[in-house]
Amino acid sequence: MMKTASTIPIDGPAEMQWTLPYRGTVGMACLIVAESAIFLIFVVAYIFYIGKSLSGPTPAQVLELPIFGTICLLSSSITVHYAVSALRKENLRNCSLWLAGTVLLGTIFLITTAQEWYHLIRYEGLTLQTNLFGTTYYSLVGLHATHVVVGLIMLSIALVLSLRGRVKEEHSEKLEVLSIYWHFVDAVWVVVFTVVYVLGR
Amino acid sequence: MTTTPVMEAIDVTPTPHQGRPPLNVIYEWVTTVDHKKIGLMYIGYALVFLVIGGLEAILMRIQLAVPNNHFVSPQVFNQLFTMHGTTMVFFVGMPILFGFGNYLVPLMIGARDMAFPRMNAFSFWISAFAGLLLYFSYFGGSGLYAAGSAPDVGWFAYAPLTAKVFSPGHSTDYWTLAILLSGVGSIGTALNIVTTILCMRCKGMKLSRMPLLVWLYLVMSGLVFVTISPLTAAQIMLTLDRYLGAHFFDTQAGGSAVLWMHFFWIFGHPEVYVLVLPAFAFVNEIVPVFSRKAIFGYPAMVAASVAIGFISLSVWAHHMFTVGLGPAGNTFFVFATMVISVPTGIKIFNWLATIWGGKVIFAVPMMFCVGFLFQFLIAGLTGIMLSAAPFDWQLGNSYFVVAHFHYVLVGSILFALFGAFYYWYPKVTGKMMSERLGKWHFWLFLIGFHLTFDFMHVPGLLGMPRRIYTYEAGRGWEYWNLIVGIGAIFQVAGTLCFVFNLVWAYYRGKEAGHDPWDAWTLEWATPSPPPSYNFAVEPTVNSRRPLWDLKHPEDPDSDYE
Repeated sequence: MMKTASTIPIDGPAEMQWTLPYRGTVGMACLIVAESAIFLIFVVAYIFYIGKSLSGPTPAQVLELPIFGTICLLSSSITVHYAVSALRKENLRNCSLWLAGTVLLGTIFLITTAQEWYHLIRYEGLTLQTNLFGTTYYSLVGLHATHVVVGLIMLSIALVLSLRGRVKEEHSEKLEVLSIYWHFVDAVWVVVFTVVYVLGR
Repeated sequence: MTTTPVMEAIDVTPTPHQGRPPLNVIYEWVTTVDHKKIGLMYIGYALVFLVIGGLEAILMRIQLAVPNNHFVSPQVFNQLFTMHGTTMVFFVGMPILFGFGNYLVPLMIGARDMAFPRMNAFSFWISAFAGLLLYFSYFGGSGLYAAGSAPDVGWFAYAPLTAKVFSPGHSTDYWTLAILLSGVGSIGTALNIVTTILCMRCKGMKLSRMPLLVWLYLVMSGLVFVTISPLTAAQIMLTLDRYLGAHFFDTQAGGSAVLWMHFFWIFGHPEVYVLVLPAFAFVNEIVPVFSRKAIFGYPAMVAASVAIGFISLSVWAHHMFTVGLGPAGNTFFVFATMVISVPTGIKIFNWLATIWGGKVIFAVPMMFCVGFLFQFLIAGLTGIMLSAAPFDWQLGNSYFVVAHFHYVLVGSILFALFGAFYYWYPKVTGKMMSERLGKWHFWLFLIGFHLTFDFMHVPGLLGMPRRIYTYEAGRGWEYWNLIVGIGAIFQVAGTLCFVFNLVWAYYRGKEAGHDPWDAWTLEWATPSPPPSYNFAVEPTVNSRRPLWDLKHPEDPDSDYE
């Protein structure tokens, strides 16, 4: 037996304009809202516990401003932006170059964080277990560093694909979604920097 | 502007499913990315946990039915209320509502699938795994020797009880990880629903034309991002505390137990609205259809939903009045909590105004919605009582509170859910559920509900605290607790009618056709069950009730917009 499918009008006004936002952008925006809420809780915990540690070391004794790493991370936001606009202009070579620059700058940032942690653990004896400062510091900075690692993995995949000539102009929307994530990671660093290295000291 | 209906001559006769090897069927379901199948899996999985969580409640009621009872041990009792609460919120409430959302939202906005179908499957399976992980704690909580070591820290798991010293073994870790994973799944699905609604609507489906169900799922999903994420963060902190020796909630090292309460309730109270908004959504669809009128005050309904979403973020500390927040904190949270009753009241009045003057048809879905309206009103009223800090100091952590929130969760959300089952079952299976059995279900459940939860307020007023293992005779609590227990029997009988009806209707139910209720939203334009592509041709809509326009070309809604 034959059943008929939809019985809905399909001949709407042909001239109707109907454009909806790109789903990658909206999905990324949702993810950023959810991630912001997670970071917010960690930031609140950090601020709440400033000065409440029962034993040393204190932030003022051991923390130094990570100026160089911060400059690298923040400038990687600019390079990734140039990568996206290069791809939009179909300039694939420049796109790869800017992507490589972004990955490089992000990696330098991670290395400065690693050096800082090495110093703190090895020479200052500060670990997650030492006191409330150690607990909140490593978890907040570590949460951010985890996001940097995830971003770097995705950027590296994009870089490898573009070096192999697999990235085309039609992928610029997708690369832009990735760049939004990277901007978010940078914006979070501004908050973490302010809270941990400025307010916290 | 009118459009002519076009009957499509596409053969959608389903391929015969008889005689396929079961392995193929299982393979098809496990690997599916179809939003309808994933929705059904969510619902089926939640129903299994509903039965498990219900059994836990029954065991607790047997234990409390008479004074000085020793039906279960105190340890088991603690595990029962922990598992009951956790199961019902995370593995029944969330998945069943996401299941309906998954199934209905794309159909209602004229889309062929969700925005990210594979992520949809991922979200479901990670949530399903989380539920198994929670229940695996019964076997693995303290190693295999100590079977029966489920988490026993209560569903809100206050610190410092959850610290390694006070909760040794791994049962609390299973609880933490299960909630963490289910949170990941929830955020994934919520992200998917928001993106689907914003990016996948069919032509002409402006935001102002979306069915109210879709609006409410949009608000609910938006709320999930800012609700579940704090809980995820808090669970990460708890895991760091328990595994790596961090001190977030370690009071010995200067950590704060109250901080956990804040983090938990920043999740916990909006979570109530995450659960209740879909219930509103079902009522918004069912009440107009069975009153034969368009919904009253569509823009006010949307505004009220969004307002509830926002205000719900600023009420969490009314769970913490007894902690001692100081006069400023108390005043703020009393006020914020009372303010939320304003948009909620708008909704109740709009539903009443929709019914008012309509040709009301008391089919089973509508009966459940009327039950919902009445019980939700009472639940709101006891909520306002508890929102007053001095009243809460008196009754905080008593059975009055338990009765209040079960009025919301069972009397409102579960009733609306049952209504939704009867309403959309014909669409999902192509068969009608039995009206007669449905009425038995409704009345048995209604009587059982009121016996249990009306009378549960009284021992609370008489001073019976929640979560006590047993009580001595002569406090005036025993008869009330017995009545509460008897009510539970009625609810079980009603639920059995419902489960039997679900199975019976699948095999013996009347053929439903594509639009058995003469409804107006797009899902009823597809065959029952809808084909995997939903719409052979993407529809175009010109009003809030596209099927009304289709059935009444002489007087379409689009003329009035």
